[in-house]
Amino acid sequence: MSAEFDIAETLDVKGASCPMPVVKTKSAIDDLSEDAVLEVLATDAGSMSDIDGWASGTEGVELLDQEEGDDVYRHYVRKTE
Amino acid sequence: MSTDTPDAPGDEMPSRAELAARVDELEDALAEATGEDDGKKMSIIATKGTLDMAYPPLILASTAAAFGYEVTVFHTFWGLEILHEERSKDLKLSSVGNPNMPVPNAVAALPGMDRVTTKMMEKKIADNDTATIEELVETSLDMGVEFQACQMTIDLMDYDEAEFYDGVTTGVGAATALQDMADADIQLLV
Repeated sequence: MSAEFDIAETLDVKGASCPMPVVKTKSAIDDLSEDAVLEVLATDAGSMSDIDGWASGTEGVELLDQEEGDDVYRHYVRKTE
Repeated sequence: MSTDTPDAPGDEMPSRAELAARVDELEDALAEATGEDDGKKMSIIATKGTLDMAYPPLILASTAAAFGYEVTVFHTFWGLEILHEERSKDLKLSSVGNPNMPVPNAVAALPGMDRVTTKMMEKKIADNDTATIEELVETSLDMGVEFQACQMTIDLMDYDEAEFYDGVTTGVGAATALQDMADADIQLLV
């Protein structure tokens, strides 16, 4: 499924729990250029709600999709500015 | 509404240009008051230094920084332990005073029990890959969170400022904290 977007970077935060998936996603997004898509791989079940909440409360990012796979939650975030 | 007829309404009526200028002025004042361009701010007062109570301010501070908030955490009394580079790695969990602990208070008060409960919690933190206090402090500093150490309690409790993490602000007091709280969108006392 990950071929759906043109992924610029993949961030692996498997194993990490709150608040690290969000905090590391923010840092990774900062390093990307505009329009680039970040893929985040997490095992924290809370990351589904947290990354959604973070993306809607943060300027300059857009949550494209979230997938709940086999033990891994995938998030696709685009940097919009 | 007054029913009186003004004496000479034509003389007092503002011109269209004057009205337009007034509208601009009010719009600017509104924009300033709503503070949209000012950025979001959060102010936390951290007063506790036990292992369990050190987490909430750090988790919220780092998360708010990820949201783009300008964050200050003012540490006072036992909250200073969180900023002490060595002791922050070895914060203790109290086994007494918490009725949810698996042992009765009378047993929990025995010598060495705090060490037992702290070790149990540290193991859980490691097993769950929960971030350590040190990681959260370092991450928050990297993200631009300002950690402030209350000068009065530094002096009162004989802290050596050189032993705080690099980047901790010292020489601040209640007035600084109050100013930050007044400017902040979110204020928390932990």
